[in-house]
Amino acid sequence: MLVMPIVVVGGIGLVCSVVLVIAAKVMALPADEIFEKVRAELPGANCGACGYAGCDDYAKAVAHSGAATNLCVPGGAGCAAAVSAAMGVEAGEVVEQYAVVRCSGNCYSTEPIMDYEGKKSCAACNYFYQGKGSCSHGCLGYGDCLEACKYGAIAIVDGIAVIDKSVCVGCGMCAKTCPNHLISIIPKSSTVFVGCSSHDKGAFTRKVCKNGCIGCKKCEKTCQHGAITVTDNLAAIDPAKCVNCGDCVAACPTGAIVTCESRCVSISSAEAASAINAK
Amino acid sequence: MKQFAIILVSAILVNNYVLSKFLGICPFLGVSKKLDSAFGMSVAVTFVMALATAATWPIYIYVLVPRGLSYLQTIVFILIIAALVQFIEIAMKKYIPALHASLGIYLPLITTNCAVLGVTILNLDEGYNFAESMVNSIGSGLGFMLAMVLFSGVRSRVDASKSIPKSFQGIPITLIAASICAVSFMGFSGIVDGLFG
Repeated sequence: MLVMPIVVVGGIGLVCSVVLVIAAKVMALPADEIFEKVRAELPGANCGACGYAGCDDYAKAVAHSGAATNLCVPGGAGCAAAVSAAMGVEAGEVVEQYAVVRCSGNCYSTEPIMDYEGKKSCAACNYFYQGKGSCSHGCLGYGDCLEACKYGAIAIVDGIAVIDKSVCVGCGMCAKTCPNHLISIIPKSSTVFVGCSSHDKGAFTRKVCKNGCIGCKKCEKTCQHGAITVTDNLAAIDPAKCVNCGDCVAACPTGAIVTCESRCVSISSAEAASAINAK
Repeated sequence: MKQFAIILVSAILVNNYVLSKFLGICPFLGVSKKLDSAFGMSVAVTFVMALATAATWPIYIYVLVPRGLSYLQTIVFILIIAALVQFIEIAMKKYIPALHASLGIYLPLITTNCAVLGVTILNLDEGYNFAESMVNSIGSGLGFMLAMVLFSGVRSRVDASKSIPKSFQGIPITLIAASICAVSFMGFSGIVDGLFG
């Protein structure tokens, strides 16, 4: 009694699998050698920083549609050279990039306006009256970016996200995740950036956060290279013109312009510092 | 001929698989964003439904029933449909690469599409013979296509709308639109009696 069902189901399964194996052999396509070669050189993070849906998609575009060979940000120059070698073309230059968090509103400089008890996620908290912070533009500190990061380059220190420049590959996954769009991808050569995203008026920003950009334009006047412009109460640095002299950092009355030395610290030391601060 | 016409009309309009029986909702919501992909998916589903019925009906009647194993129909049908979809994918990749590229990920998804399994099982529950089963499965596929194409139109209008409250944007408003579509299809119940009765 028990044998029959097993034989029938097993037999049908066997017939199906034999047919599939034969079909796969008979109708096999010649393997796509160029694609395989290009794909083997890519890091496989499927981050989408190149603008394609994933590494497979990008490799296909390189192999068959003549896409540029230097688009892989996580792979960097080494990857671009390898892909170019696989394709037999000249490698272009890869601008190495990293992510910076444009918020300095840590627990010492700004206050929450509510005791948020909901789901511990920035996206969820942000839906709730634009977040728990008194500044609606600020980092919420629940670490949605930390979860998105495949390289472990992000830590939450004193209530805001900090990114380790030495680990970050600039794939931009965190930037896509942040509900307040606080994370920007900038070239690794620039070490000075504006650590604030608030377009609120200066007086209001001043009231809610000690480290916010108040749009006073001191940096704009100080910068000898014309790299800084203040629009809508927020300074922006043009990485193409900036020489990282640091004059604006010294000039900024609120400390909204920050340097890598102070913000893109290695995660282990940042966590240690946070532990000390907590005590 | 009359019974075929009745089966066809009731499969497309009255017992529409998506909007009346609520089978195959995953592709209905997932692939209905664009008219092209909705149409391609529906063609693939119709094709697989017809082939699956052609494969499962004889196996049920000539293999399972004589041995008293009709209780195995679900697992056997799943096995056959999965193998069939795999086979179609291999064949399509070789002979119709353009269609394979446009269906892409949707083809393997049909493997787990409950509408396909539902058609094959309901054909037997209704006691249809082979010809009636084929008509019913093709009709069901066409009904699926009708729902997909209609809903992709609805959806493009909904997505273009600027007046949807933030909390309703995306999936919530899509589900509401789908439910209103389903309600409108309730109007077809009784049409068979009116047409052929």
